[in-house]
Amino acid sequence: MAAVQSNRQRVLNRAAVGLVLLLTLIYLIPIYWISSTAFKPRSLATTVPPTVFFKPEVTAFVKLFTKRVQMIGAVDPEVYAKAPWWEKRVYDLGERFIKDSDGNIELSGYPSRFLNSLIIAVSSTLLAVGMGTLTAYGFSRFRMPGEQDWLFFILSTRMLPPVVVAIPMFLMYRVVGLVDTHIGLIILYTAFNLSFSVWLMKGFIDEIPKEYEEAALVDGYTRMEAFFKIVLPQAATGIAATAVFCFITAWNEYAFALMMTNRRAQTAPPYIPSQLGSGITDWTAIAAGTLLFLLPVAIFTFLLRKHLLRGVTFGAIRK
Amino acid sequence: MISTLDPGSPAARRGLSDISIRNLFIIPTIAFLIVFNIFPLIYSLGYSFTDFRASSNAPATFVGLQNYRDLLGDEHVWNNFSVTAKYVLVSVGGQVLVGFGVAMLLNRKIPFKGFITTLLLLPMMMSMVVVGLFWELLYSPSWGIINYALGLEDFGWLSDANVALYAIAITDIWMWSPFVMLLCLAGLSAIPQHLYEAAAIDRASRWYTFTRITLPLVTPLLLIAIIFRTMEAFKTFDLAFIMSTQETTELISIKLYRLAFQEWQTGPSCALAYMVLIMVLAITNIYVKYLNRAKER
Repeated sequence: MAAVQSNRQRVLNRAAVGLVLLLTLIYLIPIYWISSTAFKPRSLATTVPPTVFFKPEVTAFVKLFTKRVQMIGAVDPEVYAKAPWWEKRVYDLGERFIKDSDGNIELSGYPSRFLNSLIIAVSSTLLAVGMGTLTAYGFSRFRMPGEQDWLFFILSTRMLPPVVVAIPMFLMYRVVGLVDTHIGLIILYTAFNLSFSVWLMKGFIDEIPKEYEEAALVDGYTRMEAFFKIVLPQAATGIAATAVFCFITAWNEYAFALMMTNRRAQTAPPYIPSQLGSGITDWTAIAAGTLLFLLPVAIFTFLLRKHLLRGVTFGAIRK
Repeated sequence: MISTLDPGSPAARRGLSDISIRNLFIIPTIAFLIVFNIFPLIYSLGYSFTDFRASSNAPATFVGLQNYRDLLGDEHVWNNFSVTAKYVLVSVGGQVLVGFGVAMLLNRKIPFKGFITTLLLLPMMMSMVVVGLFWELLYSPSWGIINYALGLEDFGWLSDANVALYAIAITDIWMWSPFVMLLCLAGLSAIPQHLYEAAAIDRASRWYTFTRITLPLVTPLLLIAIIFRTMEAFKTFDLAFIMSTQETTELISIKLYRLAFQEWQTGPSCALAYMVLIMVLAITNIYVKYLNRAKER
């Protein structure tokens, strides 16, 4: 009887493993599809039936970074022969780059948006993690009247819907001239990530045995020295994980960026879909922009995999 | 928690006192959050009682509770709330079913389990806008791969007013089921194996084992997942905003955005923002209660 049971068990187990692998594959199709579209020639991006096998090319990335116009007539063969390979790809499409009077190729809006995203995400992450670590240490090690209420207050700021905060912030920013500036978005993202950073860091610091500091204090360290020389190095992993989470949140943020910026300080998330409206949609270029934008997030997710559970529960559940 | 040092001890005499370090570390953060989160909200509370329009130079006139009265009497706004409720129900319900199911499947020895789990977690780390954008590509009526795979011709997932909301919810389910899965998996793997062994000795049926052992022990974490996702789904803006412009997909946060930044009805939009805010704070309160409970275990 027992042998039969375990045989059945084994078959069921195999079936479950097979099912998991199958589901994972199906689950990843959308990501595969956007990645493959980025490397397709434009003519194959929207075919029926969908094209699965094709010769990959990087024309979409060239198009993503540059401004082009349709050419009237063919390109001068001499010019074509002298052009670098990526310019030839554009000539092949019957288009040419828009160049300024010095012959420099004009860049599209994408590189500057990407750079904005990077500047704003990195600055706000540094600020949020820096302040968050200090505050977390304060809450973790010292008594504070109404501690739970303060922690709830801090967390509740994170839960506010962006649109609700954005309306008054927009009015205030307009008065002080922070609309469409990097600093404006950095402040908003810092405020948004700060509460998350405090909660997550508090979890990490709570885990560091306080005996370490006590020993240091007995040895004649001041509390400040103990914090910087004992606690911070111990919390390094936690700080790194928190920073990555904050970076991803700021990097992905859309609503604030949409409402608070329009050009100068615009980040990539509101820019990428805005390409949809202009003329005929070139899905290969959009896919290329999307893929580049997703790359840092994918890398960080793999680095973070051990801390994901902790991150998504604001440090409440550790494993 | 460290007890405050004896004031006579050598360490306490040198450097800053514990109290001043605590204040130095905590107060900047609280001040920052008050200036950039609470002050704006007080500011907008004031505007919610006026007919202010940010697009005109006319000064704001006090209209009392008129904005709130208008909004509560506006059937469009009620419709926005009911669309939001439907969206929350479908999307969170779907995430719980899929997430819990996959967690049950994954809770066994599987080759490359860690790698597979990380792959499954990838979508929830992505930007909602980007996800919305490439699902638009997948949903495309004439050449999208979803219609092709299902053998449907020219079915407009996002242009059909009755289906668009569900299409968006499916995308949300794709994106966030892994979140529920992650929490369920944590709950499942913490169940002591001897409980199942005891159940097997007692020849308990699978169903009995599931409802009496598995379910009760996963519930605390599942509840956290459900409340958190409910709150996030309630606030959804990006995904629905990118994917569809239908009236049937106008969630409350989209209505709020249009009222504030397209119609420039600043006063009424502040009033609506306050209604949404109170609901979110209520859910947050419940969420924190469950988080703290899970922490104590």
